[in-house]
Amino acid sequence: MIFKNMKKNGLILGAFALAATGLLVVTQFLTADRIEQQQRAELMGTLNTLIPEEMHSNDLFADCTLVTNPDVLGRSSPQPVYRARSTNGNTAIAIRTTAPNGYSGNIDMLVAINTNNKVMGVRVLQHRETPGLGDKIETRKSDWILSFTQQNIPAQESPRWEVRKDGGAFDQFTGATITPRAVINAVERTIIWANAQQESLFNAPSNCQQSGDSR
Amino acid sequence: MSEIKTLSKNGLWENNPALVQLLGLCPLLAVTTTVTNALGLGLATLLVLVGSNITVSLVREWVPNEIRIPVFVIVIATFVTMIELLMNAFAYSLYLSLGIFIPLIVTNCAIIGRAEAYASKNPWHLAAYDGLAMGLGFGGVLVLLGAVREIIGQGTLFDGAELLLGEWAAALRIEVIQFDYPLLLAILPPGAFIGLGFLIAIKNGIDRLHAAKQEKQAVTKATRARVTGQT
Repeated sequence: MIFKNMKKNGLILGAFALAATGLLVVTQFLTADRIEQQQRAELMGTLNTLIPEEMHSNDLFADCTLVTNPDVLGRSSPQPVYRARSTNGNTAIAIRTTAPNGYSGNIDMLVAINTNNKVMGVRVLQHRETPGLGDKIETRKSDWILSFTQQNIPAQESPRWEVRKDGGAFDQFTGATITPRAVINAVERTIIWANAQQESLFNAPSNCQQSGDSR
Repeated sequence: MSEIKTLSKNGLWENNPALVQLLGLCPLLAVTTTVTNALGLGLATLLVLVGSNITVSLVREWVPNEIRIPVFVIVIATFVTMIELLMNAFAYSLYLSLGIFIPLIVTNCAIIGRAEAYASKNPWHLAAYDGLAMGLGFGGVLVLLGAVREIIGQGTLFDGAELLLGEWAAALRIEVIQFDYPLLLAILPPGAFIGLGFLIAIKNGIDRLHAAKQEKQAVTKATRARVTGQT
C-alpha cells in the first residue's frame, strides 16, 4: 500500500518536473538568440562610443583576442581585448578589465586606449556598488567616468592616478571613496600594461568566438 | 461577485502581503530604491503570482496532498525562470538594473503562500483574481515605498523610468528636491525597514480610525433606538 502510494506520488512529481523542464527548454530556445543579440548590442554600443567609426575599418567585435592576466585584468578567467585597425594601420585597443576591490565585489569595465599614448575612454559594464553612491561610475548617473577620456598614459604607476583625497587628480564622490579608488587603480594598471604590450596584443590571433565567450 | 469583492479587499488592504502578512520582505526591501525598480519588480511578481495561481488551481485535482508543496515549488520556479529569460530578451536594460532580484521572486513566500492558502482550493478564475489582487497589493506597497525612498534619498521621482517603459518615459522624471548630499539612510536597507515600518503604522492608524468611527456609529444607532423605544 505505502509502496504503491510512493510510486504514484513519485511518478506525478516526475511528470511535473518533466513538464516544467520542457517548458523552460522551449522558452530558452525561443529567447536565446535574442538575449545574445541584446548582450552583443550592449557591448557593441559601448565599444562604438569608445572607439569612433572613423578609427577602424575592421569588425571590432570579431577582431578580439583573449588574455588571461589576473594581476592586471582582475580576473582569473580570460578577458577579451578588441583591436581597432584602419587602412593606415593599428589605431586603438579596448580591454575588458575588472576592478576586484569595489565596495561590493567586482566592477567590470571596458577601457580603450589609442596608439598615441592616450586613453580614449572608460565605461563600466557591470557592478554591484551602492545605489545612489558608488553607482555614479555609470554614465547614466554621473559624468565622472568621462574624466578618464584623453588622459595621457603614464609609463609607470603615477601618484596622479589616485582620488583627490589620496593626492591624485581624480574626484572622489561624496560618501564613496572606495569605488572610485578601485576604478582608478584598475584603469591605471590596465592602461600601463596594455600600452607596454600593444605590439603583442595587436598581433595575437583572434580567438574570442571559438571559445564561445560572447561577454 | 461578493467573492471577488472579498478577494480585492483582502489582497489590497486587509490581508496585504507586504503590510499585513509581511511576506516577500527580501525583494521588497532590496529593490525599492526607486519607483522604477519597484514598479519593475512589482509587475514581475504580479505576473508570477497570477501564473502560478492559475497553474496550481488547474492541477489541484491531480496533485496528491503529500507532494503538493514540491509541485508548487516547481511551478513557481518555472514561472520565475521563464520571466527572467523573457525579461533578459525583451527588456534588457531593466534586466540589468533589477539583476539578481528576479530569481529572488522564487523566495517570495507570498507566492507559495497564495498557492497553498487559496489557489489549491479554488477554481482557476478565482485563483487568477486572487493572484491579481495580491500582486497589486504587493506592487502597490513596493511603488509607494520606492517613491518615498527615492524622494528622500535622491530628491527625484521616476528616475530611469525609460529603462522600464521606453524612451518616452524619460520625460516622467521629476526633480522634487535638489540635494547636494543624498540622504544615505533612505537608500540603504535600514531606510527600507524604517519606511516600511511607517507604512504599516499608517495602515494600522487608518484601520483604527475606521474601527472607532464604526463603533461610534453603532453606539449612536443604539441610543437612537432606545430613544424611539421610550417615546
